[in-house]
Amino acid sequence: MASTEVTGQAGTVAPARTESHTTRSGRSPSGAERERRWSGHGKPALLFLAPFLLLYLLFIIGPAIYGLVMSFFHTSMVNPGLGEFAGFGNYAEVLSSSDFWASLWHTIWFTILTTPPLIVLALVFALLAERARRGRWFFRLAFFLPYILPSAVVALIWIWMYTPELGLLSRAVTSLGFAEPDWLGDPDFAMVSLAVTTVWWTLGFNFVLYLAGLQEVPRELYEASAIDGAGPWQQIRLITVPLLARTTSLVVVLQIIASLKVFDQMYIMTQGGPNFATRSVLQYIFDIGFTDFRSGAAAAASTLFFIVVLAVSAFWLVMTRRQEPEL
Amino acid sequence: MAILANKDVQPLTAAQARHHAATADRRTRLFNRCCTGVLIAFALLWLVPLAWALDTSLKPNGETVNPTWVIENPTLASFQTLLAQGDIINWYAASFIISALSAAGTVVTASLAAYALSRMRFRYRWLTFWIILMGIMVPRQVLVVPQFQELGSINLLNTYWAVILPAIPIAIAVFVFKQFFDGIPKELDEAARIDGAGFFHIYRRIVLPLARPAVSAVTIFSFVWAWNDLLWPLIALSNPEIMTIPVGLATVQGTYGIRYADTMASAILGALPLVLVFLLFQRRIVEGIAGTGLKG
Repeated sequence: MASTEVTGQAGTVAPARTESHTTRSGRSPSGAERERRWSGHGKPALLFLAPFLLLYLLFIIGPAIYGLVMSFFHTSMVNPGLGEFAGFGNYAEVLSSSDFWASLWHTIWFTILTTPPLIVLALVFALLAERARRGRWFFRLAFFLPYILPSAVVALIWIWMYTPELGLLSRAVTSLGFAEPDWLGDPDFAMVSLAVTTVWWTLGFNFVLYLAGLQEVPRELYEASAIDGAGPWQQIRLITVPLLARTTSLVVVLQIIASLKVFDQMYIMTQGGPNFATRSVLQYIFDIGFTDFRSGAAAAASTLFFIVVLAVSAFWLVMTRRQEPEL
Repeated sequence: MAILANKDVQPLTAAQARHHAATADRRTRLFNRCCTGVLIAFALLWLVPLAWALDTSLKPNGETVNPTWVIENPTLASFQTLLAQGDIINWYAASFIISALSAAGTVVTASLAAYALSRMRFRYRWLTFWIILMGIMVPRQVLVVPQFQELGSINLLNTYWAVILPAIPIAIAVFVFKQFFDGIPKELDEAARIDGAGFFHIYRRIVLPLARPAVSAVTIFSFVWAWNDLLWPLIALSNPEIMTIPVGLATVQGTYGIRYADTMASAILGALPLVLVFLLFQRRIVEGIAGTGLKG
């Protein structure tokens, strides 16, 4: 949604230019007056832009470029300066490191585990909420409240939920007669536990996006289809879900990118363990950068991760562009 | 409408239509009631972890091993311990200072920049626009290593500024403002300019007051993002005196050992300010997400 609107605005830049040309050629005194007022706002524009641009260049663009440069040097956190030139050495090292590939796989596995339930459940809950006549504030509270909590709070609560023998989940599972899994201690199961926590935590965001998408489905379609004898299930299947396609594509891409950027849950709940089984890419970068002090290698891993995220966004842009004419 | 061109939907007579509508209506009402029931069940399920955390925090530490929701000796002892110990008060102060200044900085700088992009003509406007647009694509997380070097070299690490300054330039905020400003009729500015008002006056007195929804959305979101951020503050702040709530909680996590009531009380205290923000601004937050797809 955001990006289509943004490009729409970029399109307005060109007409604005021609407009200023016409005022320049305008002969009436009011035209000249206008021209003086509305073109060439270089100085005020600079003043208005300066505070943002200054911080933006200093703390976003600057570090981004510096990080890229650093990735080609043997930069170390303990020595000042860039250090020795490394060429593609850092990239070669990261790409041949089994730890990097393992962390990338954990991140992708986490994305696979979280994305489908976060989309399907959010959609289902939004569809159900749409049909509930009252109490929408309550559903919003229940599903959205967790989303706004800090990851550390969520992690503390779920560590307690997962505490062996004492936690609420272990009690629930054992009272149902199942053997209790070692929620966060089993290398194979820990990621599932983290995924469950994440679904609970972040579902509200997608839920709200879907609720907003549902507002845009015209009421008349439901009324018209009801007169034609369509039942609620048919309405959902044939009207609501197809008309939510745009929302779904937005939710999917935002969700994939958010899941790829996972760090907090693992860092707090499992510290990337047991035996590094839940170490995500960001934690890998954190570890080599701030535990091994190898900034150059960490910057190279950051750049590679950035490329992955960018590829997902680019893929989404291409796909939605292709869909656009049909909608 | 093409979607409705389904093979089992045929043209109807008026009587048939009325009959169909009546049965459909009854079916729909029943269906909707079932939906509500199912959703209530899920909503309650979603609230269980929070309720359980609150329940635990009100038990004495010794009682938390009881597998029951009933609290035999309800007590605020855990909260008292934490508040007396004082760490959490420091973290509150740090989180509040950092989030408030970050949010204020974002609102002021982003709205000024957006006003220039929306209303002024100048060379390199197009370039400026695209440079800021690029910023949306860069995940903050990939910048932590160079940012650490940079802020270390100017001796700002372990100060509030190390967290506040990088949190201010949020590219998407500029676009939220620009989009809103573009929707405000330019005739308003023009009229004011004929009366001799300068750009800043128009921005401050006309455009900004009309953009209240954008201002509040950006304020709330930048505040919440700054409050909840973990990775960068964790790296930049190692002094326990100035840690933010998430960093503090993540750092002491585990040190409470088996004092589960204390742990849950710290979680509840950490959640409290944001629960308040949510209850106060529920509508604005939801509208903000719906309108822009802002995601942290």
